[in-house]
Amino acid sequence: MRLLGFGILKGMAVTLENFVRSYFDRDRRHHLFTKEYAWEPGAPAEVLPARADTTVTAHSRNFPILLHDGADPMGGIRCVACQICERECPPQCIYIEKDYDEQGKYIKRPAIFDIDLSVCMSCQICVEVCPFDAIVMDSQFELSTANRFGGLLQHRDQLLKSNEYYHRIHPEEARARDDRMAQEKAEKEAKQAAADAAKKKAAEAKAAAEIAAEKSKPEPSAPTAGGAA
Amino acid sequence: MSAAAATAAASYSLVRQPAMETGLLEVSMGPHHPSTHGVFRMDVRLDGETVVALKPVFGYLHRNHEKLAEGMSYLASMPFTDRLDYFNSMTNNWAYALAAEQLLPIEVPERAQYLRVIMAELTRLVNHTSLVGFFLNDLGALGTPLLYAFRERERILDLFEQASGARMMCNYFRFGGLRCDVPEGWLARARAVVDAFPRFLDEFEKLLCENEIVLARTQRVGVLSGAQAVNAGITGPMLRASGVNYDLRKVDRYGIYERFAFRVPLGSAGDCYDRFMIRLLEMRESLKILDAALRDIPTGPVMGNAPRVFKPAASETYGRVESPKGELGFYLIADGTTKPYRYRVRPPSFINLTVLEDLCVGHTIADAVVILGSVDIVLGEVDR
Amino acid sequence: MTQTLLNLLAIAVPLAVGFASLFAFTTWLERKILARIQNRIGPNRISLPFTRFRRLFGLIQPAADGLKMLAKEDIVPRDADKLLHLLAPILSLVPPMMVLCLLPLELPYATAGMRALQAAALDNAVLLFFAITSLNTLAVFMAGWASRNKYSLLGGMRAVAQMVSYEIPLVLSAAVVIMAAGGMNAQAIVEAQRAQWFIFTPWGLAAFLIFFIASLAETNRSPFDLPEAESEIIAGYFTEYSGFKFALFFLGEYLAIFAVSGLAVTLFLGGGAGPWVAAYPALSCVWFLAKIFALIFVMIWLRGTLPRLRVDQLMGFAWKFLLPLSLLNLFVAAAALKLAKPWLSWPVGALVLYGAAVALSRSHRADAAPRTYSYAE
Repeated sequence: MRLLGFGILKGMAVTLENFVRSYFDRDRRHHLFTKEYAWEPGAPAEVLPARADTTVTAHSRNFPILLHDGADPMGGIRCVACQICERECPPQCIYIEKDYDEQGKYIKRPAIFDIDLSVCMSCQICVEVCPFDAIVMDSQFELSTANRFGGLLQHRDQLLKSNEYYHRIHPEEARARDDRMAQEKAEKEAKQAAADAAKKKAAEAKAAAEIAAEKSKPEPSAPTAGGAA
Repeated sequence: MSAAAATAAASYSLVRQPAMETGLLEVSMGPHHPSTHGVFRMDVRLDGETVVALKPVFGYLHRNHEKLAEGMSYLASMPFTDRLDYFNSMTNNWAYALAAEQLLPIEVPERAQYLRVIMAELTRLVNHTSLVGFFLNDLGALGTPLLYAFRERERILDLFEQASGARMMCNYFRFGGLRCDVPEGWLARARAVVDAFPRFLDEFEKLLCENEIVLARTQRVGVLSGAQAVNAGITGPMLRASGVNYDLRKVDRYGIYERFAFRVPLGSAGDCYDRFMIRLLEMRESLKILDAALRDIPTGPVMGNAPRVFKPAASETYGRVESPKGELGFYLIADGTTKPYRYRVRPPSFINLTVLEDLCVGHTIADAVVILGSVDIVLGEVDR
Repeated sequence: MTQTLLNLLAIAVPLAVGFASLFAFTTWLERKILARIQNRIGPNRISLPFTRFRRLFGLIQPAADGLKMLAKEDIVPRDADKLLHLLAPILSLVPPMMVLCLLPLELPYATAGMRALQAAALDNAVLLFFAITSLNTLAVFMAGWASRNKYSLLGGMRAVAQMVSYEIPLVLSAAVVIMAAGGMNAQAIVEAQRAQWFIFTPWGLAAFLIFFIASLAETNRSPFDLPEAESEIIAGYFTEYSGFKFALFFLGEYLAIFAVSGLAVTLFLGGGAGPWVAAYPALSCVWFLAKIFALIFVMIWLRGTLPRLRVDQLMGFAWKFLLPLSLLNLFVAAAALKLAKPWLSWPVGALVLYGAAVALSRSHRADAAPRTYSYAE
């Protein structure tokens, strides 16, 4: 049995070590870990975003944005207002209305695309369910506003960001997405080409068969021809 | 009041001073009290400083989680499970994914299985480090152990952020695998964190495990016997601190836990000190699992052949995992549509909280705070 | 008459202003040290307005805090006893202010005519010190009672029990020094340590440790900060205080720390004695303050390390450990002072005191010990 207090002295040695090492620890990673934002000195380089701006790290997600290709936001908007994300959104923070032209014909883009950031919980479900790669997660976090009700309701034009912006904030993820889209597009085109070729072939074959039939069966009163007419 | 609490209250006799009018002091601790770990209230009746009766009151954080889940698709509930026990979103995800995968069997790829184990064990480290930190805060240490714990937790949360995009609300698991693979270099970073972790545990043990004040404050305080714990349905470290060997990782061997060698530490006294130490010892075992998992993880896809629309046939199932706080289970009834007919959570913190009165009666108000800390509750999970 | 008044001002003003600014500095110091212990940086933001001094290690932080405290609304609970609620913080400030006058602090501009530059160089300074500091209990209980809040009341009750209990070992350990110095005059006690500080004797060391531990309890410092245990009873007796009244409590608490550390320095650490004091008498004041801050550093360090005791353990520690030990120490000191062979005092005294402490530890901590754990595969 030892004197009361030895365990306490042991603990005090630990705290004293931390106190002293906080001044002398060279890499300042173990004994003084406070950092203000990820881009402050001392943040590991691999998590830093390409451009500081107000992005936390290259991996963080915050709130959704809409992507567009090219320079013109509405010209290159990827969203076709299919409303899958609106249906799937767990906290129901997305509101979409389809856009129609003067004739009342549905043109594939949203007239209204609102996200209420005060409701959104950054879960990324909308990104996963979107079949058009139109919605991705932003990492902008400085969103405070003086207006409690309208200020956090983001509209279509505020949400629209270019694909280049996406590449800047999430380089790795954006590259992977572009690769996959290109691959899908290529596959689709190949499929289309194959389908076209097959169609063409079928048409040719049909034509050839018809010619052959014509040759073998000279009677003009074919019932199929009559039916077609 | 249960039988044990009744006997404790009976054995405790109120000091009556005939000349003075003494009475019991009723104190409503919470919902805004520094040590109730959220919005939790304890209605305590005190004689001097001794707790004579205690009534836990909760529901301040009720969010209608279960009913909401019945109105949305299976996948859409996944991010809500993050918010149950917000320290352990990864294990919550896993429990839900496990239940859903029993409804509609989907083969989970090897790499995803390994990553699930890695994430779950990192989560255990996060939970237990924060718990021991908060526990010491309840004991009155001015944040030092808590901040040492947070220093380590921060590194693990960084890993979570790099893998899933969020530090706490990870939403990383999917039916049949994981949402995405970890970024390049992640495994090496995780390895560095795991390798540095024992240093923290050594420091922590040196700081606290022999400290006379910690010993005096926690030993023989809030004793929970094994039989009582089993009777009340207690699970997790709290049950094992009472000496009952029951760890779902060993019992169910869900995922690929049968591939890892680890031990289950058991307490003997079932008091606050045991509950505190069991968590410290469990972290060492988790490190063993992590070590093996990071060594053996294969390459490959992380997502199985999941259907685009998750629509299980009419059936029911119960999926459970060993969350850091105990047995976390999801009970699902499918009716053949894309939404669950019934969705029920078995929250470990809520059920572990049921013995709070039995543990506290007869101790002082300062002990009640410590006992509550040692139970390890998160109000997001208690109230749902 | 004017000369007396001037003398008085020359002493009182530096004490009042000096210790108040030292209080500000100490809050900054405490936050910085605690932060470093906890691997944080601590306050480092506030800049001096209208200058190019940015940050300054956060030294301006206390000024900003003080300004904030002054600007805050003073909230008095509806059912509080308003007069006592107002008086309590003032009363908590007065005793520490008074006892600061008793410290044998030799101010740098001491002249031959003002040799004893304590405001009150009394023959019974030590006795008066204990008499006045015990008033603090009253202020604390007043605050606890007047707030009409259950947490405040619990805190007040705890404070009374604690302060009354710890006063006894505090006084008994000081009595050892009074025996050795043969008087209660602070100057005389410092003089008596010219050859050897009392802390370098076995009974002096034991008395110093007991005194230090008891003074932690007297000033409600961790690990004896039960009256304001924030994880249990919110903020104890000052739960219902805000704004400047809260600041007064805060100030009173720190002044009490200065006072009791100053007394410890006087009794055991040779007062203002130190190297080069003979050549530069002005250094005496510096040494005195340096010793006080050394003690305060240990207090902060303890606060950054230790959890809090429970009420019954706290009382048990005072009555069953500190009290018997300090009584025994009285006898040891008496024997050592009358010992024919002074060189015997260290081995014998140390052995007796250490043995007694170990025996008391054994009975005190019963079977609280680290455990070993079994594992299931």
